[in-house]
Amino acid sequence: MASQEILREEPSRGSFINDPRIRSLFFQTLVVILLFSSIWWIVHNVIENLQRLHIASGFGFLWSRAGFDISDTPIAYTSDSTYFRALVVGLLNTIIVAVAGIVLATVVGFTIGIGRLSQNWLIRKICTVYVEIFRNIPPLLVIFFWYSGVLAVLPPPRESIHLPFGSFLNQRGFYLPRTVWGDGSWLIGVAFLLAIAMAWFVAHRAHQRQRATGQQFPVFWTSVALIVGLPVLAFLLSGMPLTFDFPKQSTFNLTGGFWIKPEFLSLLLALSFYTAAFIAEIVRAGIRGVSRGQTEAAAALGLRSGPILRLVVIPQAMRIVIPPLTSQYLNLTKNSSLAIAIGYPDLTATAGTVLNQTGQAVEGVFIMMIAYLVLSLVTSFVMNIVNARMALVER
Amino acid sequence: MKHIALGILGAAALGFMASAASAGTLDTVKQKGFIQCGVSTGLAGFSAPDDKGDWKGIDADFCRAVAAAVFGDASKVKFTPLSAKERFTALQSGEIDILSRNTTWTSNRDSALGLDFVGITYYDGQGFMINAKKLPGVNSALQLSGAAVCVQSGTTTELNLADYFKKNKMEYNPVVFEKLEEVNAAYDAGRCDAYTTDQSGLYGIRLTLSSPADHVVLPEIISKEPLGPAVRQGDDQWAHIARWTYFALLNAEEAGITQANVDEMKTSTDPNIQRLLGTEPDGKYGADLGLSNDFVVNIVKAVGNYGEMFERNVGSGSPLKIARGINALWTKGGLQYGPPIR
Repeated sequence: MASQEILREEPSRGSFINDPRIRSLFFQTLVVILLFSSIWWIVHNVIENLQRLHIASGFGFLWSRAGFDISDTPIAYTSDSTYFRALVVGLLNTIIVAVAGIVLATVVGFTIGIGRLSQNWLIRKICTVYVEIFRNIPPLLVIFFWYSGVLAVLPPPRESIHLPFGSFLNQRGFYLPRTVWGDGSWLIGVAFLLAIAMAWFVAHRAHQRQRATGQQFPVFWTSVALIVGLPVLAFLLSGMPLTFDFPKQSTFNLTGGFWIKPEFLSLLLALSFYTAAFIAEIVRAGIRGVSRGQTEAAAALGLRSGPILRLVVIPQAMRIVIPPLTSQYLNLTKNSSLAIAIGYPDLTATAGTVLNQTGQAVEGVFIMMIAYLVLSLVTSFVMNIVNARMALVER
Repeated sequence: MKHIALGILGAAALGFMASAASAGTLDTVKQKGFIQCGVSTGLAGFSAPDDKGDWKGIDADFCRAVAAAVFGDASKVKFTPLSAKERFTALQSGEIDILSRNTTWTSNRDSALGLDFVGITYYDGQGFMINAKKLPGVNSALQLSGAAVCVQSGTTTELNLADYFKKNKMEYNPVVFEKLEEVNAAYDAGRCDAYTTDQSGLYGIRLTLSSPADHVVLPEIISKEPLGPAVRQGDDQWAHIARWTYFALLNAEEAGITQANVDEMKTSTDPNIQRLLGTEPDGKYGADLGLSNDFVVNIVKAVGNYGEMFERNVGSGSPLKIARGINALWTKGGLQYGPPIR
């Protein structure tokens, strides 16, 4: 009947079987039905099999007492806290190592990448060797290299290596003096924020002035002077309210001070050095991707080599660099789950323990997947904004 | 990483498993011709591969005993080494038929995890080990405040450790690894001051350290760790077979039946021994369990009685030299008591 109607309306199309609109509608409906019924089938089966196997299910366990301790806790956590809080601690540890890793990998990666294009033969070759080594070793081995090969062979706590400024290095980690801020130190924070605002204002005015008159103003050095000088001034005015808590030797370990554990250190170094090799290649490709004519044209306009790099080459290179850079950031975040091999309590390790103590594997894996998905999507979102700002504005 | 893979596998298995009730484990096992046994990744005395790659230990022998009961052939076992985190998922998802991996029997595991514990093959308790050479003067766990403690994740040990330090108002720094070998390596390298696990485990691990003589096990026992095999919940027949294999081992020891004299004992006129060995006329205790009537003969021939299994793996016949203690039979002042086969 439907076919007759269609035939009446558009007699030229022939049989409805050959109508492309009907066909596409039919296949799209079919795909949607298949997709949803298979999702329903999986969910239904999971629930039924869990019940059949007498395995507890649901997310109620998140609010029970965890009962285990975690070595690195960025927020307050004890064994009396809930499983949910344990998972949050794990997630924060993942975020900390990922953010620190991304910053370090970017710095090392850009340095090595530019080094590979250096005029100096030695620097160029060293950078090439670095890239070829770290790019071709699995990240897990790099982690083990740092953990078992470098940090584990350091001396025990009682024979710690003394470093300047009251810091210590031993096989239990890296100990730094911790800053203890006294009364009136809020003034320093205020001064710092004020300095940033002023620096931004100066940069804005200088830009306007250059546009109007063509005269330049040393924005960079003024900003540095403001951002460093104002807090220092506030520090002196408020009567130097800063003391240090130095690490001290106690029965077993060093106590006090700021302690960076070897698990974190080796994971951070391994992830950054591994990812830096890829970033270096991306940076090199980006710079190579800017045509030589651009540099020559800029030189013809009378720009010096510094401004050429800063104003002509790098902005164009960044357009090539940023999209693949995003992928590397995502890789680094996901590779941080290798932490489990050396006992850094990241999300995977903590969720694994929770999963094991409660026996609720389906929920545990689901939470992990969602957490990593959200982390990756947020990273992509931020990088997409950066990319949009860097993109060529066509007029 | 493997436990995640297992978790996903488990989740996927749960998703795609046919929703109709599957066949009993006994039938499945008979069909494939062997028992898949989940063991540790290497804990001396309980389950560890020797230099020829054969699995040795009480836990490994228990699986052999079940295979002897089912097939009359103790070699029909395949071993799956599992970390503490992987073990329950492996059993739940059907990857293994029996979990015999120094696992503590707790109410939560028995109820919410879909497991069924069949007995206590080793009564254990959690202890601490320290390097006495590096830490002279420490002779009690109560002196460990501020110490870094190595522990395996996903164990009851991890929970007891937290409870013990909290109860005694002491501080500690947990250094947690997923795999036993990683914990051992970290402790041996000096990453932690103390190592905590079941005391039997500490003695076994001490042997694998670079200089075993430097390390001492502290006297405190901070928990009850009843270790035993577990099967999937909801398969009563399979649970009965595993449970009565364990009781048969105990009854054989009590009746004085050993690997050496089991064939002579078959001619015994003692009705108790006749029932045990299936020589009683018209007796069908084995058949009721779904086994052959002489299943106890097969078990004892394969691995000996409980006492022989103990001495060979962890007792005087092993490098561990652990005394029977509370693991002696009830007749000798211990806790091991097998309900009668009749």
